[in-house]
Amino acid sequence: MATIKVNKLSRDDLPWQLDYNSDRCTMCGRCVASCPFNAIEAGVEKRRKITSSDVTPNPKANFLTVPIIKQVVDCAYSCRGCGICEKVCPNTAIKPVRNEDERFAIKYRGILADPYKRGGRSNLNTEGRTLDKIKIGRISQMTDPSLDAQRHTFDMLAPLGRILPPEQIPFEVQDGELKLAKKIPPVRWVYPIILGDMSIGALSWRMWEAIAIATAYLNQEIGLPIRMCTGEGGIPVRLLRSEHLKYMILQIASGHFGWNRIINAMPEMVEDPAGILIKIGQGAKPGDGGLLQSKKVARHIQEIRGVPKADLLSPPNHQGLYSIEESVQKMFLSFNAAFKFRVPVAIKVAASATSVSVYNNLLRDPYNIVGGFFLDGISGGTGAAHEISLDHTGHPAVSKLRDCYLAAVHQGKQGQIPLWAAGGLGMTGNLAADAFKMYSLGANGVFTGKLILQLAGCVGNDSGKCNACNTGLCPVGICTQNPVLVKRLDIDKVAENIVNYFLAVNHEFKKLMAPIGNSSLPVGRSDALVSVDKSVADRLKIQYAC
Amino acid sequence: MCRIGAIKSNEYVHPSKALLLMRSQQKGHDNSGFAMVMQDLGGIFENYKDLPTLSMACTDEGIKLAEDILHKIGFIRVMQWSPDVHPAPELTIEPMPHYVFEVFQYPKSYKHATKEEKEELLVNTRLKLRKELEKVEAGFVYSFWPDVVTLKEIGDPQDIGTYFNLWEENNDFTAKIITAQCRQNTNYDIVRYAAHPFFLQGYTVLVNGENTFYEKNKNFQKKLHKGYIGFESDSQCFLYSLHYIKNVLKWPLIYYKHTITPLPFDEIEHRDDKEILLKIKASLAHLEINGPNTIIGVLPDGTMYTCCDSKKLRPVVVGQTDDTISITSEVTGINEILPDRDWEKDIYPHEREMVVVNNDLKVERWQQ
Repeated sequence: MATIKVNKLSRDDLPWQLDYNSDRCTMCGRCVASCPFNAIEAGVEKRRKITSSDVTPNPKANFLTVPIIKQVVDCAYSCRGCGICEKVCPNTAIKPVRNEDERFAIKYRGILADPYKRGGRSNLNTEGRTLDKIKIGRISQMTDPSLDAQRHTFDMLAPLGRILPPEQIPFEVQDGELKLAKKIPPVRWVYPIILGDMSIGALSWRMWEAIAIATAYLNQEIGLPIRMCTGEGGIPVRLLRSEHLKYMILQIASGHFGWNRIINAMPEMVEDPAGILIKIGQGAKPGDGGLLQSKKVARHIQEIRGVPKADLLSPPNHQGLYSIEESVQKMFLSFNAAFKFRVPVAIKVAASATSVSVYNNLLRDPYNIVGGFFLDGISGGTGAAHEISLDHTGHPAVSKLRDCYLAAVHQGKQGQIPLWAAGGLGMTGNLAADAFKMYSLGANGVFTGKLILQLAGCVGNDSGKCNACNTGLCPVGICTQNPVLVKRLDIDKVAENIVNYFLAVNHEFKKLMAPIGNSSLPVGRSDALVSVDKSVADRLKIQYAC
Repeated sequence: MCRIGAIKSNEYVHPSKALLLMRSQQKGHDNSGFAMVMQDLGGIFENYKDLPTLSMACTDEGIKLAEDILHKIGFIRVMQWSPDVHPAPELTIEPMPHYVFEVFQYPKSYKHATKEEKEELLVNTRLKLRKELEKVEAGFVYSFWPDVVTLKEIGDPQDIGTYFNLWEENNDFTAKIITAQCRQNTNYDIVRYAAHPFFLQGYTVLVNGENTFYEKNKNFQKKLHKGYIGFESDSQCFLYSLHYIKNVLKWPLIYYKHTITPLPFDEIEHRDDKEILLKIKASLAHLEINGPNTIIGVLPDGTMYTCCDSKKLRPVVVGQTDDTISITSEVTGINEILPDRDWEKDIYPHEREMVVVNNDLKVERWQQ
């Protein structure tokens, strides 16, 4: 019996296997040239071919050396299933196929003492999506007529900023009219979807720019006041000095990356930013800080962030002299003051079993400094995180959003700190439906990230396809700073796709508001929802339908 | 569906006018009841304008319970009136054993009390009465307020009129303001408290509509004031918002419309009072209404108004003569009670308008 090396990594251990047809292959080399992971290579195979050229059978064995494309079997160069080879092959001769019997997670750890994946998406979507079990089930008919999505007008904006209860607004009645006696916290009315916080660094500069272009186009040409959150990592100084800054929500996280440039640019700003978002936590890696691996810290990233080429880690929490609370409080006050109380300052946290306590604390804060509570659920994505963190920590956003809303209702404080939710919204392709259900459950707005990448051409999914966001080798130029890969991205096309998607979303919102007879967003109108799952209905306090 | 109607006059008007106003609109409602609030009372109540009048429909036990509570607080009854009832087997009505209209003297300890203190006492007392009677299912307490009586009953409005002898005009039971409605059930159940007009602390509201933001309104209002209770009908929210804007926040009436049907952002953007309107829109987002609605309201000072939802999905018309103004869902009703008016002066308010009638019967059209 032959001996084999069972402990060696083999092709059947890998999550993706190459399905290659050498009969169709012309050895043009495009697949090898385009695979950023070096997971395939050109090679040769020995072939035995029996031929017979006599009048009577006279088989002869011919041995040929055939050039082929083959899969690299190596932990560092494993196929990620991105399918770029298939995209570029002119003869459909090659494609990756999922290996259901893979053992990569075990083998990889066994060989390298490290998880096989850092970043991307959560790949344990075993539970099914809650939002898909909810329908908009309260339809206006007869005496309470539906509206007409084409003909009627709809008001679809969401507040960003601290909203005071009416008795706290310093109104004075003068000649039968209300007048504001003094300034109060700023509130901006924006489109109820914010393009989610992904930094230059996590994204390629072209991808980031494409989102910024789409944002500006949606605002200036379409009239949708959509806002983009910069992510932690600063933004180009040219943009800081431009009028387009008004569409940007500047993010600050525990690493404070990029803030040096922002603060220096303040005297030259011609517009205020749309808001400041202080990131405390992220749904995809709660309790973990940010991470930009050095392979993605290209020269322009070093420039914007003012850092050397090294792994850039944002600590898990904001550092303060006395306590985290103190440092966050100071941050809020500083940013409110820095922009002379004209710019709303909001906070982003990872959904957690403790979210309600955090929200309650903020609601009861007498200084009214928090202008938005951004709740990010487990199904969000991340440029880089430990696999264990990504796949096994976190909390779904839906029930927690509902809990926070109901906690505010319990105190009669609903709406005072606008709730914005995210984490896997639009995963099945329809952001409008997901967002609308979240509004009805109590969200003022939602934010979205992964979907934007998807629109740009991200080939990854939540079942382990690609997910190489941390490697700097994104095959479609979205999450990489490698100039060759980045070049693959067509900025204008990406911007166009994002714009088109939001035109569709905007129309689909109307198609949801019309049948429930609402001309403004039904925030907290959970009576419009039913769930076909009893446990979901009970948990979210909505009607069960079967 | 509801039909609503209101009459405001210089002269005292008998409730038969209100029945007449509503009868010709009956194809639009379901004839399941009759409810009315009379304010600025004439007849037998005319001499008691400053004293609170209790309007209640109850059982024997209810009467006793209420009297005990009122006595304990220190109220002293100065006048009592019950309508003569005319039961007949052919009448469609589900009468209560007693209909009580009693006028009380304030407790002695309130001799030097301020108006606000007295109002507070009246609201607290009504809520207590309602709660205690509800506990033992002994009846319904509709209003306890000076110069106001309320009658609500389940049945055919025509028959209810006959039962209480309301078709026959007289000078004993009259008022200068009468608001009425002929539907007693909600979409869910037949509950006397669910019948408009709703009344709280001098404010009266009746609505023809469906408030699709009921849940939002209710969740918010529950925490705002102890009097915001019941919510048996989604239209009660309109009363509570009016009370909140006027009585609690003390804002001018025009901001009621800005609260319940705020202007779209596009329009606010071009207004001088943009900052104020945006603050209201943000702060009172949960008082916004949606769905098809027409509202008629009366303020404690007798001012009457009407306004609609932001798409004007329900009808309303205002008709006037020199001494009477009527606001109602359909013009047929006004044709019945004001047949000789100049119909060219009729007002069909639009979605951004409030029609306001003051005590001199001056009609103002406020544009939002």
